[in-house]
Amino acid sequence: MPAALAKSGGLFLAMVVALVAMAQAQDTAFAIHMAIMALAALIAALAVIATADVNARLGHDESVYDDAPIRWGVIATTFWGVVGLLAGLFIALQLAYPVLNFNLEYTTFGRLRPLHTSAVIFAFGGNALLCTSFFVVQRTCRARLAFPGLARFVFWGYQLFIVLAATGYLLGVTEAKEYAEPEWYVDLWLTVVWVSYLIVFGGTVIKRREPHIYVANWFYLAFIITVAMLHLINNLSLPVSLVGAKSYSAFAGVQDALTQWWYGHNAVGFFLTAGFLAMMYYFVPKQAERPVYSYRLSIIHFWSLIFLYIWAGPHHLHYTALPDWAQSLGMVFSIMLWMPSWGGMINGLMTLNGAWDKIRTDPIIRMMVLALAFYGMSTFEGPMMSIKSVNSLSHYTDWTIGHVHSGALGWNGMITFACMYYLAPRLWNRQRLYSLRLINWHFWLATGGIVFYTASMWVAGITQGLMWREYGADGYLVNSFAETVAAIHPMFLLRAFGGLLYLSGALVFAWNIAMTIAGRIRAEAPMTETPYDARADRPLPDPASAPASAPGALQPAE
Amino acid sequence: MSDYDALRHFADSWGLLAMTLLFISFVGWTFRPGARRHHDDAARLIFRSDSDD
Repeated sequence: MPAALAKSGGLFLAMVVALVAMAQAQDTAFAIHMAIMALAALIAALAVIATADVNARLGHDESVYDDAPIRWGVIATTFWGVVGLLAGLFIALQLAYPVLNFNLEYTTFGRLRPLHTSAVIFAFGGNALLCTSFFVVQRTCRARLAFPGLARFVFWGYQLFIVLAATGYLLGVTEAKEYAEPEWYVDLWLTVVWVSYLIVFGGTVIKRREPHIYVANWFYLAFIITVAMLHLINNLSLPVSLVGAKSYSAFAGVQDALTQWWYGHNAVGFFLTAGFLAMMYYFVPKQAERPVYSYRLSIIHFWSLIFLYIWAGPHHLHYTALPDWAQSLGMVFSIMLWMPSWGGMINGLMTLNGAWDKIRTDPIIRMMVLALAFYGMSTFEGPMMSIKSVNSLSHYTDWTIGHVHSGALGWNGMITFACMYYLAPRLWNRQRLYSLRLINWHFWLATGGIVFYTASMWVAGITQGLMWREYGADGYLVNSFAETVAAIHPMFLLRAFGGLLYLSGALVFAWNIAMTIAGRIRAEAPMTETPYDARADRPLPDPASAPASAPGALQPAE
Repeated sequence: MSDYDALRHFADSWGLLAMTLLFISFVGWTFRPGARRHHDDAARLIFRSDSDD
């Protein structure tokens, strides 16, 4: 009880500090953010008071796993997934129909785009990583989650980070660094949350009952530590005022650009790849009910990604002020990445060796296979686009957007959906998912959506690239920028249609998860029947005896 | 020599060599004698808890 008193007292104090900061704020956005902080502190304080007795019991029952934050994580993943994809569809339509900007600063494409990217990467993907990592680390270490109170803080603190980031974008608060847009005070908050995450995850690994640390945990740990390092260095900045939103980066010019893309590409490499590979290395073998194809290959995959990915960032800065050797270094390391990426894809796919029929009978496995196929496709396309001569055509065009979405929708999205389908019935102790047939609907809607998205962006990107570089006989550029936009307008429409399909799939997913949580089971034909032919399942008649005596005497049980 | 040159030359000589040796030893470790038995055991680790899922 004294602990709960101290905690709630501290939270009330935090609320007062936030309210003072709000009153002193230099700009409206900062004041709004401090109000959100104060509200969050108040809610947290009330929650601490209301659940004081529950918290006293938490962490004492070491005989069961701590699954409550994982359940919240599944719900948060589902919710943010739908929100992020909806924002994506909306900004795709804004590109096709500019009237949808509504002539309001808050709803312009420039402010809604980071809302979309952060919602899908950090809110949808981040919550999936949080909850699967808490699930996997407990199951593979055979130990209950360490620091249960801190684990709950990590979950709710991360949601607060998402809300602050999202509202900040709409208010125009941004550091203008891709995937690192939140301003200095939100960065500091995320640092606190992330260090707590490392303590919870690392603490659970340390108290493990299983001597070996399963490879999925290596990938999760690499993801947590590297993201901490990237976040801290790329966000080094000096605020203009301690009660204002604006800050300036510690770096300038090309140094700032290189730091940003060292961060940006490793956000892809460690957040969207290492973390999701951790999910792959646990959930694919579990769903397939067979061990990973080669454990040795998984370790080689791990070390190769760690040693190579960190150098690939400069490929975002081809033909810029960055020194030529650094550009070439980024290109060479990107190309070298192709091999471990495909090693990992093959490792995941070959886990199904001898059980390929599951692709037909198990829609979750089918989704995982699609995710791995897209992991392979986008990790082939990426190194190819990092080659300087290819990049001179593809850079700044919609080809890049298509590439990102084949990775994000195909690999990250599908593996996340598959893991959520795996988790929901287990976490809520249900007999099975609400519906397996709806997973099929989701699968085909999503696959169709990705095909429309990537195919239209390939065409749009190459069209743009070729039109931008076209010179006339007199040495002037042939096309104006507006002409290239008009040329790819049909592709924008096809892209939006692809996004609509993918969003529809996600809505089917959300419905399925919600009904599973509600404990409903859909009456439907099973995915597979036992093939049985009663007429064929009998001994051959004795050729010497009369034909009348053979059949009918012994019927198999039916 | 400027800091930039010193760091850049360190990176493409001793730094590169150290990273390469570290990488080779980490990967080489998975090929040590007896690793296969250990790896097979580790790969099956996740199925030991199936009864209490």
